[in-house]
Amino acid sequence: MPMHAIHKILAEKSGKQEVKAGEIVNAKVDIAGINDIYLTVLISYDDMGGGKVWDPEKIVFFFDHNAPSPTIKGASNQKVMSEFAREQGIKKIFKINEGICHSVLSESGLVKPGDIIIITDSHTTTLGAFGAFATGVGSTDLAVIMMTGELWFRVPEVINVKLEGTLKDGVMAKDIALHMLGELGTEFATYKVIEYSDSVVEKLSIDERMVLCNMSVEMGAKSTYIRPNSKTIEYVKSRSHAPFIVHETDPDFIYDKEYIFNLDNLLPQVSIPDSVDNARNIEEVEGISIDQVFIGSCTGGKLTDLEAAANILKGKKIAESVRLVVTPSSKEVLTKAIERGYYQTFLDAGAAITTPGCGACFGGHSGLIAAGEKCATTSNRNFPGRMGSIEAGVYLVSPITAAYTAITGKLNNPQYK
Amino acid sequence: MSDIKGKAIVLNMNNVSTDQIFPGQYVNLTDPNEIAEHVLEGADKSFKNRIKTGDILVAGNNFGCGSSREQAVITLKEAGFAAVIANSVGRIWYRNAINLGLPVLICEGFVNQVEEGDEIEVNLKEGIAKNSSKGTIAKGNAISDFVLNIFANGGIKPMMKSKILSK
Repeated sequence: MPMHAIHKILAEKSGKQEVKAGEIVNAKVDIAGINDIYLTVLISYDDMGGGKVWDPEKIVFFFDHNAPSPTIKGASNQKVMSEFAREQGIKKIFKINEGICHSVLSESGLVKPGDIIIITDSHTTTLGAFGAFATGVGSTDLAVIMMTGELWFRVPEVINVKLEGTLKDGVMAKDIALHMLGELGTEFATYKVIEYSDSVVEKLSIDERMVLCNMSVEMGAKSTYIRPNSKTIEYVKSRSHAPFIVHETDPDFIYDKEYIFNLDNLLPQVSIPDSVDNARNIEEVEGISIDQVFIGSCTGGKLTDLEAAANILKGKKIAESVRLVVTPSSKEVLTKAIERGYYQTFLDAGAAITTPGCGACFGGHSGLIAAGEKCATTSNRNFPGRMGSIEAGVYLVSPITAAYTAITGKLNNPQYK
Repeated sequence: MSDIKGKAIVLNMNNVSTDQIFPGQYVNLTDPNEIAEHVLEGADKSFKNRIKTGDILVAGNNFGCGSSREQAVITLKEAGFAAVIANSVGRIWYRNAINLGLPVLICEGFVNQVEEGDEIEVNLKEGIAKNSSKGTIAKGNAISDFVLNIFANGGIKPMMKSKILSK
């Protein structure tokens, strides 16, 4: 039976010759990651009997949501996790200076094609950009992996999204994802894998591919897949010496569905409150006044994102009426952004720059918004209360649109014209 | 599993995300009672006052989409909900509900046949939701034996514990 590469990963990790969509398998996990906000993982672990973890080498802690901790409770959770890690011999702890789990995991060479990566963060779909099977789970599922090294999965169907054409100037991967949400909604991929293919995907940088895979969870996807090409292999080999297998999808594999988007005429997109699929062409919302611009998160705080924003902000000042918060996604991004002068550009423009981490994106800290305010953000969700007050409005945009919006204080992106 | 009976609490909105069920500013909390205090606060600040133990939440499309935070299940369970019936649900939230033993029935359109306070009966095995106040019955998705077994055991934790103990 023809299989998809994702199915081959699941088959290999569950000791089977073949698997098919719909069947339930118990698969071995390569990396199990825990975010600092979820002490509930250790509580579930304890509830189930506790004891020694299955493999301390394969368990990773990320102190990324409370980086640095804005509350005593957050600090206390990190303290308990640190103690647990020490007792269990878990050495992979990415502390508060390192950044967001999806960025730091790939940067540190712990993501390879063919791996199964499970983290307590819904945006773990990001790592499908490297040809891994990667998905987010809740605390109890993660605790099960910590005990047994395995987890049950329903083998997912695969949707093929073909992205053709040539992007206009000023249009980024974020605009593609918002456009897809506008066209297909928040549920079209629930329980399924989205594969991204065709000429646009081939040309996109690793950072930009990660944006597509990241936003796929907003479409309901369980995980994502981009067939590793030379860019992927080069990226992985530059960061890891561990061997890996690139599984190929069989040529006669039958996809659950196929969508083709020609992106020649795609304009910058804005998802307006209060749902990710409220996508509009920039022309429809141009001129809406914005109180805060946020450039950050696992979606929009990577080097490519900061570069795009810095190119526009260079030598400019942000509008008097607006505040700009920049949060790099990782220490590596921060370091490179300093080297390339982006930090000076942001500071000169009037930005506040924060520690790498998840802060404002999930409504935790470092850039929350007040009732009645509007925030244009490169992050991923705009549900009520996502970034602060439930009476605030969140507008999802690309880093380019965010930078132009910071300069004028109003939603805009003239670059495509 | 026997039928679950309770009064309906209706939340007829789509894409009620985990940010609304349990806002991000509280995600460090671990005490179930504290977690229950903030139930659905992002949808309605006073939602907690509407709930009595044993009520059944009846929701729209894509309920529980968004984050992986398990508190978005714990809060509903600890606030007193005996079950959730929705048109459709977010994937991670659904898995968390199974693991923690909060019964969920996916039943398209049921929310449109229910008013707040109606007497509801849920039969998970058959995938049936009954509105006894209105005398209507709706057929939802039947639940696989695999998942039904987890619900019947009160979630995955007791199952894992007995598995570990038997080793």
